[in-house]
Amino acid sequence: MARFLGYRLIQSAFLLLGVSIVSFGLMHLAPGGPLSLYTLNPTVTAQDIERVKALFGLDRPVHVQYLKWAAGMATGNWGYSFFGGRPVVDIVLDRLPATLLLMGTALALALVIGVAVGILSAGRRNSVFDYASAVAAMVALSLPTFWFGLLSIFTFAQTLRWLPAGGMVSTGGGGFVDRLEHLILPVVVLALVLVAQWSRYTRSTMLEILDQDFIRTARAKGIRRSRVLLNHGLRAALVPLVTLAGLQVPLLVGGALVTETVFGWPGMGMLFLSALNTRDHPVLMAILMVGAVMVVLGNLLADVLVALIDPRVKLGHG
Amino acid sequence: MNAPAPALPLLEVEGLSVAFGRALAVDGISFAVARGETLGLVGESGCGKSTTALALMRLLAGARIAGAARLGGDDLLALDEGAMRERRGADIAMIFQDPGTALHPMIRVGDQIVEALHAHLPLSEREARERARALLGKVGIAAPEERLAAYPHEMSGGMCQRVMIAMAIACSPRLLLADEPTTALDVTVQAQILDVLRDLVTETGMGVILITHDLGVVAGMTDRVAVMYAGRIVELAPTVTLFARPVHPYTSGLLDCIPRLDSGWDEPVPAIPGSVQGAMDLPGCRFAPRCPRASAACAEVPRLREIEPGHLVACWNAP
Repeated sequence: MARFLGYRLIQSAFLLLGVSIVSFGLMHLAPGGPLSLYTLNPTVTAQDIERVKALFGLDRPVHVQYLKWAAGMATGNWGYSFFGGRPVVDIVLDRLPATLLLMGTALALALVIGVAVGILSAGRRNSVFDYASAVAAMVALSLPTFWFGLLSIFTFAQTLRWLPAGGMVSTGGGGFVDRLEHLILPVVVLALVLVAQWSRYTRSTMLEILDQDFIRTARAKGIRRSRVLLNHGLRAALVPLVTLAGLQVPLLVGGALVTETVFGWPGMGMLFLSALNTRDHPVLMAILMVGAVMVVLGNLLADVLVALIDPRVKLGHG
Repeated sequence: MNAPAPALPLLEVEGLSVAFGRALAVDGISFAVARGETLGLVGESGCGKSTTALALMRLLAGARIAGAARLGGDDLLALDEGAMRERRGADIAMIFQDPGTALHPMIRVGDQIVEALHAHLPLSEREARERARALLGKVGIAAPEERLAAYPHEMSGGMCQRVMIAMAIACSPRLLLADEPTTALDVTVQAQILDVLRDLVTETGMGVILITHDLGVVAGMTDRVAVMYAGRIVELAPTVTLFARPVHPYTSGLLDCIPRLDSGWDEPVPAIPGSVQGAMDLPGCRFAPRCPRASAACAEVPRLREIEPGHLVACWNAP
């Protein structure tokens, strides 16, 4: 186990190195550049721009910039935002809890509901429930998030006035109930798509497994259908499901761009969008790298979990 | 041994038909199994042997099943699913061809056996464990205590099949359906598994339907044999009689196909020419296209008729 983890961590370090080089290079190649906004500002002179360039080291060759940045990332000095000059670490850490709360709640909800719906659909294949959930999933996947978000705001915040329209807390508020009320709409909008995806994926995984010989054996024993589905079917389905869940871990920090924007949720998605608009390279790169680390960790976690669940899997050399 | 048609049958199957869409996989077969009797069900792949067993277990999805199968006064085919579930494992159990895939790969074998026990018997966890350990010993597994904690992939195919048997007999069913229980195993292991089965039949007096295409297994294990061809029983006789005086041309063909030790190394292995026709509606005798004795009469379906006590055959041209 320790050997497997060590091997995988070294492998991951190289992977992250590659990701950082590619993202940094692409960011550098993107037209405009970090100071393009200032060139449109008549009060900023060419000398000012040159001065700022020198200040941030943007006049140096790319590889020098990269090495300086990479060394900073590795040692916890993520640089300073081009706009406002706050340390990037602080900016990201400010936003992370909001996203963790939103995405964590939505993902957990989606996993529970989606997997349950998937199991029921597979267990009652071609039943009314199966068809209804298929149609519902199709509808949920087809609804554009921004539209559904706006519609829910219009209905529940504007017309019915049951829930707040956006943000994380009311001005002057901040109690548990207040935060919960703010959480409901964005979580539901986000979870809808995730539930749809998970129910479909669970259904097809379960159907494949319910076809296996060992399920027939279980049924031949005369145990209850629910036990066949859960103890035998779901247990075998856990392996692919856990792997997929591992791939969704990055969502926890990546945030949901559209949902966060529609609901004015002060999370990473919104931060990413605004950094993209202002071409705030240090912030963008930090978010990209945190995302990459989460992908790697999510996969590693899934592998370890699979090895714990499935006795046939022995953690070897990756 | 070698009992004629049983007087008081344990299982009585009457006119069992199984259809998948338009294909008739099993076409109105009737037979009976007595207590303590082993009935062999033989035939080529696809002749409906396994389908018959799965139909009796009511484990076929998407099939239309007709006929009756009476086990201890109840028609298995008429029970609702809840009542049928209570019979599975308790009254009628089944072991499958490939022990490697028939056991759950992620559950310890002990837990799989315990689960079968708990399904029908009011046992405490400790009693069930003790019973599972005893069952493993009964099917000839050494160090059963340790094996309870093993996963299927840690055991050989023969061991897995022993576990399957232990699981099937856990609740002392009256009827055991063994679907090619030794086909996936080495020859030496085959013999061991068959020994286990034979001892169990003697000890418990359960009835067995042994499905196989191996005539050697049939000769060594069964009291009576039903030969199936394309979904119908073409000959049914006590095992000794069948091997001594096969009447149906298909049965004789099958027996002729057993390679002989004293045949020359360069002689071809005999075979029945042609192949099984699809199970779609084919008028008349289904073996006729391959039959050396086919005649005009074969255009009509031959019914099973008794040509000597306990010996039934479905052929117009048999003596």
